[in-house]
Amino acid sequence: MEQENKDHLVKALDVDVRFDGRKKLQYRDITVESGVYKNAEGSAKVTIGGTEVLAGVKMEVREPYPDSPDEGTIMVGAELIPLSNPEFELGRPSIQAIELARVVDRGIRESGMIDFKKLCIKEGEKVWVVSIDIIPMNDEGNLFDASALAALVAVKNAVFPKLDGDKIDYSEKTKNKLPLNKEPISVTVLKIGKHFIVDPTITEEAKIDARLMVSFGEDETIHAMQKGGETPLTADDLKEMVKIAKTKSKELRKFV
Amino acid sequence: MNYKKRLDGRKFDELRPIEAKAGVIARADGSGYFKIGNTIAYAAVYGPRELYPRFMQNPEKGIIRVNYNMLPFSSKGNRVRPGGSRRSQEISMVTEKALLPVLDLSEFPNSVIDIFIELPQTDAGTRCAGICAASIALADAGITMKDMVSSISVGRVDDQVVVDLNYDEEAYDAPVADVPLAFLNKSKEISLLQMDGDITEEQLFKAVEMGKKACEKISKIQREALKNKYK
Repeated sequence: MEQENKDHLVKALDVDVRFDGRKKLQYRDITVESGVYKNAEGSAKVTIGGTEVLAGVKMEVREPYPDSPDEGTIMVGAELIPLSNPEFELGRPSIQAIELARVVDRGIRESGMIDFKKLCIKEGEKVWVVSIDIIPMNDEGNLFDASALAALVAVKNAVFPKLDGDKIDYSEKTKNKLPLNKEPISVTVLKIGKHFIVDPTITEEAKIDARLMVSFGEDETIHAMQKGGETPLTADDLKEMVKIAKTKSKELRKFV
Repeated sequence: MNYKKRLDGRKFDELRPIEAKAGVIARADGSGYFKIGNTIAYAAVYGPRELYPRFMQNPEKGIIRVNYNMLPFSSKGNRVRPGGSRRSQEISMVTEKALLPVLDLSEFPNSVIDIFIELPQTDAGTRCAGICAASIALADAGITMKDMVSSISVGRVDDQVVVDLNYDEEAYDAPVADVPLAFLNKSKEISLLQMDGDITEEQLFKAVEMGKKACEKISKIQREALKNKYK
């Protein structure tokens, strides 16, 4: 049955049609809202088709790590809450949630998007810790791209709370935005049979052979990647998938 | 010192602005959204579905499971650490008890109805908003309900009995009492009652009366939300 469904999907892709009528390299409709929740220092809601993801930023003051006394840091968390998908369960974060958080984290951290030195308040004593939490509210596929986009928009939208000596006054927000260098956009390309598609639905996600997430800066530099799925990729596959991701990242950038 | 005027200018028996919706989470069997002032609650219902682990199954009747959770960025203060707390476990339990009286679980042998409540933004009254959202979600899921459950927090700020305390009122520098209540709409029975602070008997009974009236208003808004889904 599984195999039959997959054959059916691949046959449709042969003529560039997907079950929901889209073409192989076509995203569903995307909406982006920023500043949706006022208790967060920054927040965003992204929808891609029926998929809806929230991202929120909270900032706290901590002691820096001993090996980087003049740098603040970021923390990315993702909770695959069971409200958003009947398959998700309560309890410790699943490996899917951990992978999602780490992949988004790398996209932000390794691109140098946030200058950690500018998060230093007093060297060796106080730095800002920026927590970015990603929460899917309805999972109809492609949480990767929706999450990365939501995280980026929430960070762009974030302002520092007022710092009163040692204490943070969360009730008063400053006008100071987080200092950003880059704005990396992540695109996930999926391989099914010999076909490549973007923005998978839940049904498609269950049938893919391989997955590649690529994170691009504005200058077309690649900042993070993650291969997933059980089938290996050839070097030619990789070339094609990176090319698709680059083209699509430009499309997604319009929403930021 | 007298509490003559509420901090946000409301009348003593006035609710914050309410917005309610049904069917906000497509993948759930039923869902509800309830916003009161700056407190926002989402609830999703999954089920009745088969209950695992199997030894928990009861051929006589099903169970409901509630999980109340504040999202990490929802609080006015520090980030809320994920994974639940003693507080969230207790609120999940009292929420379950608040909803149970309107359900007939003998209809669902060996099954579970899961109710997930998530709060992306909070300003007091979160368990009450969660119950209101959950009640909408249960109805939206098509689960037979004997009644609508509506919930509001009442209490006392200094010398005044008030309805729907917000965060600043709960933290007001005078004697304060916070009494979260849930009412079954038709029978007017109380299915949630907690209280902390200080309050006289007289103030308590007056507050409960005000809560009952407030819940009548809320129940209309909940039913309206359900009707609007089909407009």
